[in-house]
Amino acid sequence: MIRLFTKIIKTGNRTEALGKADHATELLGEQLSSAIRKKFQGSLAIREVDAGSCNGCELEIIAANNCYYDLERFGVHFVPSPRFADMLLVTGPVTRNMETALKMTYEATPGPKLVVAAGDCAINCGVFGKDNYAIAGSVADIIPVDAIIHGCPPTPTDIIRGILQAIET
Amino acid sequence: MIHEANTWFAECLSDHGIFTRYLEDHHPAAMSCLEVRRLDWANVAEEARRKNMRFVSLWAAEAGSHDKKALYAYMAFAHLEHRHVLLRTDLNEKDPSLPDISGHYISSVRMERSLQDMFGIRVEGLPDTRQWLKHEHWPEDVHPMRTTFPVDTRMPPVEDALSAGDLPETGYAFIKAEGDGIYEYPVGPVHAGIIEPGHFRFHAVGEKILNMEERFGYVHKGIEKRFEGLTAVEGARLASRISGDSAVAHAWAFAQTCEYAAYLDVPERAVILRGILCERERIANHIGDIGGVCNDGGFAFMNVQMQRLREEMARMHKDLFGHRLLMDTIIPGGVTCDLNADEQQRLAQQTSAIAREVEELRTIYADHPGIQERVIGSGSVSIEDAISIGLLGYAGRASGVYADERIEEAYPPYDRLDVRAPRGELGDVATRVWVRFEEVAESSRLVLALLKDLPEGSLQTEFIAPEAGTSGFDAIEGWRGEIAAWVRFGENGIIDRYAVRDPSEINWLGLELAVREVPVPDFPLNNKSFNCSYSGNDL
Ligand code: SF4
Repeated sequence: MIRLFTKIIKTGNRTEALGKADHATELLGEQLSSAIRKKFQGSLAIREVDAGSCNGCELEIIAANNCYYDLERFGVHFVPSPRFADMLLVTGPVTRNMETALKMTYEATPGPKLVVAAGDCAINCGVFGKDNYAIAGSVADIIPVDAIIHGCPPTPTDIIRGILQAIET
Repeated sequence: MIHEANTWFAECLSDHGIFTRYLEDHHPAAMSCLEVRRLDWANVAEEARRKNMRFVSLWAAEAGSHDKKALYAYMAFAHLEHRHVLLRTDLNEKDPSLPDISGHYISSVRMERSLQDMFGIRVEGLPDTRQWLKHEHWPEDVHPMRTTFPVDTRMPPVEDALSAGDLPETGYAFIKAEGDGIYEYPVGPVHAGIIEPGHFRFHAVGEKILNMEERFGYVHKGIEKRFEGLTAVEGARLASRISGDSAVAHAWAFAQTCEYAAYLDVPERAVILRGILCERERIANHIGDIGGVCNDGGFAFMNVQMQRLREEMARMHKDLFGHRLLMDTIIPGGVTCDLNADEQQRLAQQTSAIAREVEELRTIYADHPGIQERVIGSGSVSIEDAISIGLLGYAGRASGVYADERIEEAYPPYDRLDVRAPRGELGDVATRVWVRFEEVAESSRLVLALLKDLPEGSLQTEFIAPEAGTSGFDAIEGWRGEIAAWVRFGENGIIDRYAVRDPSEINWLGLELAVREVPVPDFPLNNKSFNCSYSGNDL
């Protein structure tokens, strides 16, 4: 046990100020009034949905939770169910086999809700292409989207900035 | 060496009266492709089993423009000494059918089901004929991998196929279990964590799992079809994204297959850089997964530390190679990145620093009774089972199956390295974690050795595609295990078929076996100890 505590002390606090984004975020819909967006600030529960990604975007979303970025310090945390989520963070081109699951997850999320599409695939199906029998479309083709974060994959900083931008008033 | 034909298996078969024809337009000769008669198909598999060969993959390809109107089935096996051999047989293109080989190799079942879905090939005697990649809402007569099916075909909307209120899972005949106190528990496709989608159907009694059945295909995104019509150089970008955590391994498998087909030599410097990239990817993923297993076992400290190290690696990758996950670093003919003297030193320093820290953390992990209690003895896969399904990578090495292409195939740069793969036997979560710790240490040693050995020279040779009809095959030891890849070129350097088998297609079966008798709450840490890819499986 002593080694464990020594390691914690030696490691120290590695969390950094949020850096510059590599890729841009664009806000789309004006679905939520600024008053509601404001209410999300400080406590935003996110359900992550992989709708067909290559797993690259997931790795970077997981990285946004590591000690360097510490997403939770912004009052943002990931939850295991859409039932108590405020935001869906969706990655990947939406495959034909995930279309129904994505729609159901959206419907299971109580309103008011936000949807952020993260990664080039989520925005335009990326390398897999919209002109593909196995793909139903981009995220916005399937459910309403409030913000998109570019990048393949977006970096953890991009993801955090994107999420925060989506709830800024 | 790769120019020398491998005749061993052909001789074994001819001893049993099975005649084979060596295909000249397949490279490399050392992993030869033999044509057999369709009626001998299952006998060939039986003979392979008798010779203790490992089942590698099963796929199909319609002939390209060079070879009118034909549909072929392929399978590949590997022998510890005599290495890989491919078999091909001609199917009736109008009404294709193929004998089942799952009686000899159980891992072939899902691949055979995929052949039914994607090519409309009837597999005679297949014990499980449920659709695999094509979920219930796909029209039955649609076979996306046939050449008559353009990649951009718009499929009818899913709603039309499902009756109102139906879940996509409703129409799938999961295995049933009945009896007192048995309950059924569906999980997914959308999981609780930040992970890929798939469905697990549990049968449990009390808190013990009786059986867990996997149902995948959710992230099927037409990857193999997408490759058709690309040039080798264009294909590299897609190959990097078959499974985002294996960007290097898949890009390498793809590039090397193309290079073998074209008999193209890659510059020394590029070969060594590929090795460095691949070993760094291995370290990063093992570190992340060790953290993940500990997290699922309630030991958050280890996860925080491991994710910190992984982040430090990602940052250096961005700095030195241009991408945090090392995507787009390997292309057919070479690599797209380089290291100057100063960068080599930084990479060496970080690699040894991380290896040191991981060792330090390992002693803390080993001394922590809380996590040890969760991992020791949980989710064992026996050696017999592991051999039977041909378990790959660290999952195999934890269960007495030591297939490692870096050692057996010894493709460059591993031909000059003495790779020491750990050898576990107990096959539980603790052993899979132990193998990963060992591999972090070994891969760090390899990175340092390769860095010392980096010769001057160019980074790329121009890729010149082979003649139409030429195919290539290779097997790369990615961080998860062997990736088997087969490519065939059509006219003008265009790929007319790329078939790739991620190790997950085999190792997912290992997870099903591992979690029998395991308490339901220990499923996540078992799952993480395998960490199979969904995207690589569903393609
Ligand atoms: S955007 Fe890139 S990293 Fe993300 S899912 Fe698509 S291919 Fe993978």
